[in-house]
Order: sequence, then C-alpha cells, then structure tokens
Amino acid sequence: MSAAPTAAAPAPPSSTAAGVWRPRKTLRRWLGWAFQGLTIVSTLLGLALLAALLFDVFRDGAGQVDGHFLSSYPSRFPEQAGLRSALLGTLWMLGLTAVIAFPLGVGASIYLEEYAPDTWLTRFIQLNIANLAGVPSVVYGLLGLGLFVRWFGLGRSVLAGSMTMALLILPLIIVASREALRAVPDSLREGAFALGATRWQMVRRTVLPAAAGGILTGTILALARAIGETAPLITIGALTYIAFDPQGPMDLFTVLPIQIFNWVSLPQKGFADLAAGGIVVLLLVLLIANAAAVALRYRMQRRLQ
Amino acid sequence: MRKISRRRMLRAAGMGSLAAAGAAALAACGEAQAVTKEVPVERAAPQIVEVTAPPGPMQGTILVDGSSTVGPVTQAVAEEFQKQFPNVRVPVGISGTGGGFKKFCIQETDISDASRFIKSGEQDLCAANGVGYIELPVAIDGIAVVVNPQNTWIGDSISVDELTRMWAPEAEDAVTTWGQIRDGLPDEPLLLYGPGTDSGTYDYFTKAVNGEEGASRGDFTPSEDDNVLVQGVAGDAGAIGFFGLAYYEQNKDLLKALQVDGGQGPVFPTVDNVLSGAYAPLSRVILIYVSTQAAERPEVQTFIEFYMKNAANLVGSVGYVQLPDEMYETALQRFEERKTGTVTALEGVSATPNSVMEAWKAGA
Repeated sequence: MSAAPTAAAPAPPSSTAAGVWRPRKTLRRWLGWAFQGLTIVSTLLGLALLAALLFDVFRDGAGQVDGHFLSSYPSRFPEQAGLRSALLGTLWMLGLTAVIAFPLGVGASIYLEEYAPDTWLTRFIQLNIANLAGVPSVVYGLLGLGLFVRWFGLGRSVLAGSMTMALLILPLIIVASREALRAVPDSLREGAFALGATRWQMVRRTVLPAAAGGILTGTILALARAIGETAPLITIGALTYIAFDPQGPMDLFTVLPIQIFNWVSLPQKGFADLAAGGIVVLLLVLLIANAAAVALRYRMQRRLQ
Repeated sequence: MRKISRRRMLRAAGMGSLAAAGAAALAACGEAQAVTKEVPVERAAPQIVEVTAPPGPMQGTILVDGSSTVGPVTQAVAEEFQKQFPNVRVPVGISGTGGGFKKFCIQETDISDASRFIKSGEQDLCAANGVGYIELPVAIDGIAVVVNPQNTWIGDSISVDELTRMWAPEAEDAVTTWGQIRDGLPDEPLLLYGPGTDSGTYDYFTKAVNGEEGASRGDFTPSEDDNVLVQGVAGDAGAIGFFGLAYYEQNKDLLKALQVDGGQGPVFPTVDNVLSGAYAPLSRVILIYVSTQAAERPEVQTFIEFYMKNAANLVGSVGYVQLPDEMYETALQRFEERKTGTVTALEGVSATPNSVMEAWKAGA
C-alpha cells in the first residue's frame, strides 16, 4: 500500500513546469502486471508441485492397481498381495464417520450461529472449538482408546475408530459450517421473519439451503483429513494384517494408510511398489468422494435458484 | 459480478499456459497409467503341512499383536492357515513387543508376538490379571551392524567393546568421531542410527552391548521404520546402524555389514552363524506367547499346531532363520502339556536354540 502513493506522488522539482500532474501510467501499469505475474507464479507453483507429486506416485503405483490388487487380501508375496480389506475398512470408516460427525457438527454450528445468545460462555465455547481443531491427532487417539475402546467396551471395532475420527473432525466441521452460516446475509433472515416464519422455519427454509454449499465443502475437507489419518487409529489398536472383510460396525478393521505404512516398512523391495499402488487407490477414493460432494453441492444450488 | 471480472482478467493474463500445463500433467499421468504391469512370477509355493482339525466347527477370531519383527512370521502363518481354515480369522497387529504385552496381559489379545523374552514387569502385569502364558520360540534373527560402503577405514569387523564405546550412555556428546572408537581411525564424524526405544531390537541390542536393557546414549537417530535406517546409513559415509538381518539382506548393494567380534574372533552374520550361535551376542530367538485361556479354544490349538509344523518352511520367506526341527517339535509338545512360564534365566541374554533347549530340559 505504501508503494502506490509514492509512485503516484507529485513529480520531483527537477521535472517540467510546476504542478503538472504526471500520471506515470507506464510505471503503474508495469507494477500492476508484476503483481499479477506474482500471483500467477504462486498459483502455478502449487499446481506444479501437485502435478509432480501425482506424476511420481502414478508412475510407481498406477501399474499396480488392477482388479487383483483391489480384490486380494494382503500376502507375504508382493505379487499376490492386495488391499481389499484395507479399502473396505476405509470405506466403512468413511461412511460411519460421516454419519456420526455431520449431524453433530452441523447441529452444533446452527446452535452457535442461530440460537445461542452472545454471552461470554458462548464465546468461550467458540474459542475452545477453534482450539480443538489444532489438537494433534494422537491425542484424539488416546481419548478414543480410553473412552470408546475400553470404557464403552467397543473394542478395536470400525465403530470405535469412526467415533474417534468423528471427534477429530468435529471441530473442523463446526468451524467451517459456522463460517458458511455467517456468510448468509441477515436480510434473508429478516425477510423470513417478516413473512411470519418461526426461527426453525427460517433456519430450515432459508439459512440452511443458502449455506449448504459451504457446509458440504467443509465437511468433505474434514472427511478427507479423516481418510488420511493413521496415528489415532494405530493408538486405538487398528490392526495391520487383516485377511477378511469387515462384517459390520463392530468388526475388526484396518485402513489404507495403515496398510501403506506397513508395506513401506517391510524389507522386501516389491512392497514399496505396492505402497505406491496403495497411495494411488487412496487418492482415487479421495477424488471420488470430492467429486460426489461437488456434484451434490451443484444440485442443491440449482434447486435453490 | 466480481467473480466474473476476476476470471476474465486471469484468462487475459495467460490462463492459457496454465491450462496447457494442466493438460500436459494429465497426459503424463495417462501415459504412466498405461505402463504394463510385470507378469507376476509364480513362486514355488512352500510345502505346507496341513493339520487335522478336531471335530466340531472350526471358526472364531484369534487376536495377535506385538513385535513388528515377529509380525511378518505370524502373518505368513496366518495367511496359509486361513487357506486351510477359511472360517478362522487371524488378524495381526503391530504394536511393538512392549505394546503387545500391555494388551496381552489385560486379555485384549490371544497371542503376543515378541522379539525378546518377557520382562519381569510384564510378567507381574500378566500375573496381576490372571493371564498365564506358554512361551514358544518361532525363529532366530540376527542383528546386523552396518556401515556405509564408502567407510573403508573401519575394515571388515568391529568388536563388541568398540560397539560399547560407541553406544554407551556415557558416550553421549563425548564420542563423536571414528578416531575415538579405535586407534588409527580417522577423525571422521560418527553418526549413529538405530531402532526406536519401543522396539525389542533396541532392548536386545542395548542389553547385549551395554549390559542393561534400554541403556544407551540418546543422541542417535532413531526410527521405528527400519527402511529409514537403511536409507540413513546408505546416505552418509560416517554412519553406522543396527537392525534385523532381513533388512541387510534386501539392501546388500547399499550397505556393508560388519563382522562382529564377541570375544571369539570376528563372525559374519550368515544364516549358519546365526543358527549355530557363533554370531554372538547379536543373534536372538524370537517368540510368540499364547495365553492359557486362549489355549483352551480348539481354533487356537489348531493354529499353534499349524504354526509349529510350518514355521520351519515359512520363516525363510520373510527373512529369518529357522530353528532346528527338533525344537519346533519340543515346543509343540510343551504347548500340548501347557507348560507355562518363561525361561527367565535367559531374559535379555543371547539366547541360542541350544541354550533354550538346555533350559527346557533343566526346567522339565
């Protein structure tokens, strides 16, 4: 900001006739271009890094991904091994975590934004939720181990793992949903009230549809984090070698990141390629989930219009 | 409106090149995807000894957890076992030897993988919770001491005394060059790599080299992932590290293993030397512990019988050295007789197959 006035400042005394305003159009235009160039470079840098990462992973791993890889259980022979149990475990966990965390997170954010009075207690709660979003994931793992695995007696089940993950991503969902709700202009709320709507009708018919896009985006980003987390699941005792499909929420399970981690740490060379293949599958699961969310959001927005 | 104008500006300023870069990246991905997968090599399936199941349905879940060193052995056995008994599920966790016992002794698991004998503290924990256990050796593992191939000054061997000088707690911040290890070595920086403190390998090495389990200098680079240690030692001329023999065998081109002199002359970590006990003190018996409660279940009994009858065939495929056949037979016999407890006299000491057999005889 400080550079702009200097550039456009009155001409120095050495210049021509006193008081003639010189716009210095070339310099200002040049500065504008330079700034634009910088922003493009920063965009491209991020994209280039992502492309390099994807290229590297796909080069090593894409050849591994085939029907056999997806439908086989782990094996001590790299060429026979697959990640069926880990993939199913990840899908189970993803689904259960979404079912648990989404209503709780959106509910909490609606209360905080639309109902809660603006008191010190509310502000205190809000501050703590924001802080919880920064707590290391291992801490949630320890909480899950004590609370869900041992106290609730859920054992090392998919349900215990999903509940732990739901705890982990709840603050993220709440923070993102609150931002989305806050972005809904008050004029919409006032309009609804003016038409005689109750607070519940106003939230359901006006605010929620308008905020749905932001809420869904926040939830998907939070779930994406849950897919990649390993530490809390290892803490609650998710297993490494599983050669059967999870039969229900109370069954034992493993997930893709744990399977990848396990393959990376084995001495035999073939497993490193399998790990790359596992990463490709993990990325695909993530991309499919994201695409589904984008499609859902698009449909909701169109309905709103 | 703001959005549209911003997009238009960007497009004017060379969005085209960005799109081109994206397209190129996508094309590259597509190409990589098309790379044909190598035709899987059919390995000669190891000869599996089938076991006869007791009458009645064979089903259930056998929970195993513990050492990451023993994990691959149990996974190999579980893989073959589940081919014969598809209704029995054998999930295997990797929490480390200590972490495994913590779960085993509060009845959360049926079998615990261990790369060392059970410690007295863990025995107390099991006793306090009424958990009895049967101790069964499954293989032998050597701990390789490796240096970078560029390290020409060390020669081919290292003595246990020199290892002690290097790893002792007193060496922290004091012993930092190779010159301090042996007279005549250059003052090259000394960089140490080893498994993390939760691993049984670390416990075993510190006991064998420094005389006390867990006693070592703290200023070394630890990793729970042995492949990280391999990369660390391979990347630095002054590095030295230790880990399971299997990781050396798979990375012979990157590392140089040293002969270890435990007082009887330098010995190279070969299969024969590990089996005979000549590679002392850095070879060790790795084991599983079965809880006596679990041992009452028919599927666990069948699994243990399968384990003891097939371990000899399977341990080689995951990088370990098999025990003498006689030892698996005796171990199975001890399981059937429900001989509980540990060969405590051997806790932490270099346990060779012979010393375990002798301890069994003395105890029986």
